[in-house]
Amino acid sequence: MGKKKEKKEINEKVDVEAVEIEDDTWWWLTHKGIGATFLCISVFALLVRVAVSLHPYSGAGSPPKFGDYEAQRHWMEITLNLPVLEWYRNSTGNDLSYWGLDYPPLTAYQSYFHGLFLRFFDPDSVSLFTSRGYETYVGCHSSRKNDCAWHIAMLLLNPCLILIDHGHFQYNCISLGLTVAAIAAILSQRELLASCLFTLALSHKQISAWANLFQDKTDGASMFSMSVYYAPAFFSHLLGKCLRRKNPIHGVAKLGLTVLGTFTVVWWPYLHSTDALLGVLSRLAPFERGIYEDYVANFWCTSSVIIKWKRLFSVHSLKFISLTATVLTCLPSMVQQVMAPSSRGFLYGLLNSSFAFYLFSFQVHEKSILLPLLPASLLALEERRPFKWLMFYGLFSMFPLLCRDKLVLPYFALHALFMLLYHAPCGHGGRPRNARPNNTKFDYFDSFKTFMNGFIYLSSFILHIVYLTMHPPEKFPYLFEAIIMLICFYQFALLAFYTNVKQWSLLEHSTTEEEKKLI
Amino acid sequence: MESSSSTRQLLWFFAIAVCVKLLLIPAYHSTDFEVHRHWLALTHSLPLSNWYADETSPWTLDYPPFFACFERFLSIFAHYIDPQIVDLHNGLNYRANSAIYFLRISVILSDLWLLYGVCRLTKNADVKRRNLIWVLIVWSPALVMVDHLHFQYNGFLLGWLLLSISFLQEGKDLMGGFLFAVLLCFKHLFAVAAPVYFVYLLRHYCWKGLFRGFSRLSVLGAVVVAVFAAAYGPFLYHGQIQQVFNRMFPFGRGLCHAYWAPNFWVFYIILDKVFSFFLKKFGFSIQIPAASFTGGLVGDSSPFAVLPKISPSTTLIMVLLALSPCFIKAWTNPQPRMVARWIAYAYTCGFLFGWHVHEKASLHFVIPLAIVAVQSLEDAKHYFMLSIVSCYSLFPLLYEGQEYPIKVLLLLLHSILMWLGFSTKFTRASAPNTMVTAKKKGAQSKSIESSSPAAEKGGFTIGWVGKSYLLGLLLVEIWGQFLHPYLLGDKFPFVPLMLISTYCAFGIMYSWIWQLRWIISTT
Repeated sequence: MGKKKEKKEINEKVDVEAVEIEDDTWWWLTHKGIGATFLCISVFALLVRVAVSLHPYSGAGSPPKFGDYEAQRHWMEITLNLPVLEWYRNSTGNDLSYWGLDYPPLTAYQSYFHGLFLRFFDPDSVSLFTSRGYETYVGCHSSRKNDCAWHIAMLLLNPCLILIDHGHFQYNCISLGLTVAAIAAILSQRELLASCLFTLALSHKQISAWANLFQDKTDGASMFSMSVYYAPAFFSHLLGKCLRRKNPIHGVAKLGLTVLGTFTVVWWPYLHSTDALLGVLSRLAPFERGIYEDYVANFWCTSSVIIKWKRLFSVHSLKFISLTATVLTCLPSMVQQVMAPSSRGFLYGLLNSSFAFYLFSFQVHEKSILLPLLPASLLALEERRPFKWLMFYGLFSMFPLLCRDKLVLPYFALHALFMLLYHAPCGHGGRPRNARPNNTKFDYFDSFKTFMNGFIYLSSFILHIVYLTMHPPEKFPYLFEAIIMLICFYQFALLAFYTNVKQWSLLEHSTTEEEKKLI
Repeated sequence: MESSSSTRQLLWFFAIAVCVKLLLIPAYHSTDFEVHRHWLALTHSLPLSNWYADETSPWTLDYPPFFACFERFLSIFAHYIDPQIVDLHNGLNYRANSAIYFLRISVILSDLWLLYGVCRLTKNADVKRRNLIWVLIVWSPALVMVDHLHFQYNGFLLGWLLLSISFLQEGKDLMGGFLFAVLLCFKHLFAVAAPVYFVYLLRHYCWKGLFRGFSRLSVLGAVVVAVFAAAYGPFLYHGQIQQVFNRMFPFGRGLCHAYWAPNFWVFYIILDKVFSFFLKKFGFSIQIPAASFTGGLVGDSSPFAVLPKISPSTTLIMVLLALSPCFIKAWTNPQPRMVARWIAYAYTCGFLFGWHVHEKASLHFVIPLAIVAVQSLEDAKHYFMLSIVSCYSLFPLLYEGQEYPIKVLLLLLHSILMWLGFSTKFTRASAPNTMVTAKKKGAQSKSIESSSPAAEKGGFTIGWVGKSYLLGLLLVEIWGQFLHPYLLGDKFPFVPLMLISTYCAFGIMYSWIWQLRWIISTT
């Protein structure tokens, strides 16, 4: 249990004389080095994951198509038994309407290897260890030891990720792990490695494909690979860095070649003929679906309460509109990064671009909130309150989805676990309070803000109960989902605005200071 | 202020554990689940006089009356949740979610009593010690496995024991004795420590001159009798007392449980097998007993081919013999601070030499020993070994593949935490000088100092014997889990289990000898 370290710091409020006290209270988890701490927390995280996987997975026992679990199993079957070129083709041996492969090749390869190892060990855990290992140094260079331990716990025990991957049977943590590795590489100034890793993450999986699988609506369809959400940030950060070099063109070319090379290796079996390539691409990115589905807390879905987008515009123009909106919202953070690339700015950039995609892109799924959550958790030490805020509403926005999956119990258990860890005795949750007494002035705006926040927290809490216990009126069968969505959208939009402002305000500070802090 | 914040922290620990336990609700549960569900139904639907006479299900009530009352209390709520849980006939083998959630959550909540026990016990300990004890008890993997996966109420019962110990340690002997008597009326298996309690209380509480001693003795006696009267009186009144005792002490069962608890009798059985094997080789005609231990069932005929048959009274004498050094110590030098060790030692003896011991009974001494584990480096080393071995010996309880990663991870996590906690505590304690200098230099230099040889000399290490023993544990597990099914297939299915109990028996024997030495050598 990772939290032990937190409890260790226990009773003393760590203060200026912190060194001494901190050692007394904190010593035991960190004194063997960060490796031991990390091991400890990750074992606990694994335990939690295994425990969650005891609960029903998506589509358990619901023939004819079962659910994600069956899909993953079927892919193992396909990849094991068919030659590579056949994987994405409809044939007698491979009925695409029954869970055809619609993730990019890396997922397919992964299925293949999993098929080989078939459940000998939990595949997630392996990838978790290898790729997540990078996190230690992201987190740990940034701060003191106890902060670091807290940070690791926050990263590894992200309840959203655990619920979706292990409650729902998906492999998100692999592509997220690759992304984290890429981020770590950037933070340690290894751009080439970063772009290579990120390309791998790109080929791993698209998030929206999953939406269709889950809803049993025949063919898998999707347009964005999951990690595309981060692409603007990576692109602008790397570009900004290259432009500051002596020889910008050379730098850009090197990076471009790395990306192309990685793509080529991953997609190699399909590059022999254009037909095969197009076949794969069309499986991966068909556009038939509408602009939103279900009740996602993004702009399109929320505003559709007033404006019926689907009726007003054709799919084609919607695609264009959403693309424009997404790019426009990404733009400020990209510009900031190109102008002044910095490590901290990069993390904010990741957060902002993934927010932009979540809020404005075409065909977003509830669980895409995982993507803004990842950079947010990397920033958790600096943006403590917003992180908790985002986690709370992120979980909340997935609540209807998890209810359908009968994951209510793990939802509440993990939510509670997260809050407990966040507020670990004398951990970080409590600290901001100390700052409060300083401003003695009674601020109307502040108190209004507090009141609004409290009100919304309370109403979301009540909504949880209402959602579980009451039936919606027949006239509006999705009333509760819509309310949840409205609340969450409002919060996400606020947060996105806040983080954008934060990123721009970085420009005002001296860059050297930031560099010191993060690396 | 101080105590309220420490309670908050303890609650925080507990809440973390609750989250994990909640996640484990859908996991495997043994027949004990149905046992307890049936007892709920039994106590709910039948009058008191029939509780011990009922035979609707093979799972008849065989716990003492207080536990039955506890079940009666729970059944009130169960009735509100889902009446079928407490239906005597329709509820048989009822496994709806409502029943599972209700029973599981009742175990989780009843752990609050354990929490109270721990809280009371550690309220005067210093912060570091207290935290370690909390980790060892509140996050004990063995308790999670037995209570929250296998399904039992040990946490609740151990809460009574810890409370009793906490009163004894404070010198409030009467209250300690009272709580122990209550505990005995919850589960009579805890009676193994009764002789130690008797000797200790007699000497420490009553031995104060003739008149005062006698009056104290009669007060103590009255309290104990009152508790037992409250428990058994109603049954005496209904003329059921004989039936109650028949149910509670089923001596028809054999020396060993189907899965041998890792105790002394494992060696005895194996010795018998070896003897009979060699004697046969040398031409003696040996009658192989019909009831084999490997089959798990033991009838009335002697299961031993060569060695003499063991009867319940033999085991009783052996337990008392093993306890005798402890009696002498408790009589000559009764000290409150030693009570926890003596009680734990008594349960160890009961575990090693008792009749029909369950592997779960190792909890009875592992949990109380956690209190003393943080007192010295030697204690910590011993506890580290014992805790791992006893937890490992519980592995066969959860035999399904689904729970395999859970039990392994639980044990692994527990070992890591113990290792981190102990090594930190004792590195620092043994190298105070380094600490002082290091403190001045700040955290950075501290980490360097602590890894220096000076600090390590007195630090927490387990030595090569311990290491190789733990490594052997790993080998046993790998053999049983992977190599055995792979190499031998379905042949000799009992071998992996036998290996586990034999191997763990060494560890428990070591712990027993260690405790015995400790008790004899301390003054």
